[in-house]
Amino acid sequence: MDLNIVVAGEAGQGLQTLNEIMSKAFFHMGFEVYSSKDYMSRIRGGHNFMQIRIADEEISSPRRDIDILLALNEESVEIHRDELMPSGVILREGEEGEGEDDGMISLPAGEMASEINPRAANTVFLGAVWKLLDLSTDELEKVIRKRFRDTDVQEDNITLLQQGYEAVEPGFDISTPEDVDEERLLLDGNQAVGLGAAVSGVKFYSAYPMTPSTGVLNFLASRQKQLGIAVEQAEDELAAINMALGASFAGVRAMTGTSGGGFSLMAEGYGLAGIMETPVVIAEVQRPGPATGLPTRTEQADLSFVINAHQGEFPLKVIAPRTAGEAFYETVRAFDLAEKYQIPVVLLYDQFLADTKQVTEEFDLENIELKRHLISEEEWPEDEEYSRYEMTESGISPRAYPGQLEDEVVLQDSDEHDEKGFIIEDADKREEIVDKRMRKLKKMKREDLTEPEYVGPEKPDYLLVGWGSTYGPLHEARWNLDENGHSVGLLSFSDVWPLPTAELEKNRCYSTELVVVENNATGQLASLIEAESGHDVDYRLLKYNGRPFTAQEIYSRMKEEVIV
Amino acid sequence: MLDESIYEPDRETAWCPGCGNFPLRTALATALAELEIKPSQVAMFTGIGQAAKMPHYLRVNGFNGLHGRALPPAIGFRMANPELEVIVESGDGDTYGEGGNHLLHNIRRNPHLAHFVHNNQIYGLTKGQASPTTGTDIKTGVQPRGVTAEPFNPIEFAVGMNASFVARSFVGNRDHLVEMMKEAIEHRGYALLDILQPCVTFNKVNTYQWYSERTYELEEDYNPEDREAAFARAQEWGEKIPIGVIYRNEKPIFRDSFPQLPDEMQVEPDPPEEYRELMEEFK
Repeated sequence: MDLNIVVAGEAGQGLQTLNEIMSKAFFHMGFEVYSSKDYMSRIRGGHNFMQIRIADEEISSPRRDIDILLALNEESVEIHRDELMPSGVILREGEEGEGEDDGMISLPAGEMASEINPRAANTVFLGAVWKLLDLSTDELEKVIRKRFRDTDVQEDNITLLQQGYEAVEPGFDISTPEDVDEERLLLDGNQAVGLGAAVSGVKFYSAYPMTPSTGVLNFLASRQKQLGIAVEQAEDELAAINMALGASFAGVRAMTGTSGGGFSLMAEGYGLAGIMETPVVIAEVQRPGPATGLPTRTEQADLSFVINAHQGEFPLKVIAPRTAGEAFYETVRAFDLAEKYQIPVVLLYDQFLADTKQVTEEFDLENIELKRHLISEEEWPEDEEYSRYEMTESGISPRAYPGQLEDEVVLQDSDEHDEKGFIIEDADKREEIVDKRMRKLKKMKREDLTEPEYVGPEKPDYLLVGWGSTYGPLHEARWNLDENGHSVGLLSFSDVWPLPTAELEKNRCYSTELVVVENNATGQLASLIEAESGHDVDYRLLKYNGRPFTAQEIYSRMKEEVIV
Repeated sequence: MLDESIYEPDRETAWCPGCGNFPLRTALATALAELEIKPSQVAMFTGIGQAAKMPHYLRVNGFNGLHGRALPPAIGFRMANPELEVIVESGDGDTYGEGGNHLLHNIRRNPHLAHFVHNNQIYGLTKGQASPTTGTDIKTGVQPRGVTAEPFNPIEFAVGMNASFVARSFVGNRDHLVEMMKEAIEHRGYALLDILQPCVTFNKVNTYQWYSERTYELEEDYNPEDREAAFARAQEWGEKIPIGVIYRNEKPIFRDSFPQLPDEMQVEPDPPEEYRELMEEFK
């Protein structure tokens, strides 16, 4: 069983609410759920749609063809009609029986709701969808009751739900999962990052609102009281990153988040974190650029930028989580690595991962160990003055925060400096301090590099390679190719800088064709692989129309452009 | 009173002989000593410029950050650490030029910190270009026909923004400067202290003598809580320049709007298990 439900209409018509209620209800019933958003950069009007894919087996990609189209306006019917499966159904607002000849089911939801609660008209369609699928409305009712506080509103919605349910006939034969796994979560990438930051003990988050990163800001801001932390909307991204660095200097965990445009402004603060050796975690949630680009769409075109967005040289880390579940754990790891190496760590993901709700196993909180990597008593002999940038073999200088060591002061500088943080211009000293910082990179490469995950046969004919959010669609596409007798492996990167190359070496047999799949126009990971590993990439399957890949699309492009 | 030498205000500097930064540094050491604030209890945030080198030339905790960005890290620090004294220092170019937007928004926030602006009406470190406070018609290498933009009036701006504490002093009046610094540090909220100082190398107009002849201390019966009076004094410039606390407006500080924050730094994170409830929102 694998169903794709699309809810389409204008911004402001309540699509998001419908999506959230349906996704949660299906999830509570035990289905696998995968719901993604396609929306325009506007508050009212335009054309937006939400896809909710449900299945009884693991799913990790959006699907293009539609089983049920819930069209909240006529334009949606026109736009999505071609994607409807032969067995598909269109549910729309209209007089009963209207459009029946065209295979459409029309319900006068507005009229039905007018006397009960005009604001709850969409709930008529929820009831109709449930009846089409011939499902019990118990869980759906529970979700609705939980969502609306006012009991009258709850009852109005339940009444309209039942009216919608009664108005149509079952059209699909699906079975409700028998066992419901209680230890699962349904969340999107931004929520996973926000939760990861909270669990890591973030005490300060500053950001300037920018789609599609605002979800992290919303998540933490709305829970700051409960968490006992401070979340501040900065006047610009320059302030956002500098505020986070000030909080980090104070000795707490601090983070900022933005998209590519805002990250352009953060570039100077990024370098400041590098030379000052001040830990900071930055969420860079990509959208198509340059400049304003496509604000609400997805792309993976900031990889080269994020690795190189600074003058001068210093160690940094870029992690591209591949799923919502991984985004949580990688956020926890990002804080750890930022403090262990005293560097900026970027969580690089995109609108697709940020806004897509995925099912994941509940997080293993018990086994998360948090370390602050601050100076210990033994590391500070009391007869010596504290040196913030002490020269050490590992390059990591014991880090103290102001006020931590009695009567000692901590000096950090954006100018080149000596062990104590004082400005220097001395040639030898300059080399010494650069070497110290760069030794941290060597240690990080040795100890803290996650190789990409490999799935597939031992010596595949084709090796699909991707990074970050394309993992889900690639995973499903590889499986389908495998099912159809093709020898295809998948190598998907989450650590992208420094780039781990050992697993690539292992799976790059002479007869294997390297196929890099990326949501950008030039193949930035492909170029990085060529530069870092010396291997040529044979094919670049690229997509840069602002929309994510689907598994079907990768499958057919493999057949058309690669396997032929 | 503490011994001033603990701040080591005699460290070697890159300042020109006769620079207004010298008396400013010793005044700050005196102010801190009189307030009995130890070097380890001060966190100083600076941007870039000759003034911004202060944490190298005085023993305190220091964050010598980016040009124009002295305020944002101070805010982040203040939110994390409610205990240390936070002092922001930078020049007129850094504060009123590159950092103008941060100045505006931090007056709105009213964080508890003292902001000392070394205002010499010129860019020193980049060798003599006009700053936002340089007077019109003054000629520089970059403005050979004279500055045409009207000078920024920080005092009037801050009063206009209803800042919590707005003051001006002059490095040539040491006792006054020490007093203003102490008041600014002790003020609960954002305290802007614009400090007039000559640039002996690049500003041949606004010299010690120029300032000495024009500055006058506010009268004892001057009421800094009267905003209209503050506006009138803020507009005085030229023949007569008032120094002193020009405007004072006690109001809640930034941290007051975050009652969930503890009274002391929270360094050790809570065990992850304590976030179970938060995770279960997604069940």
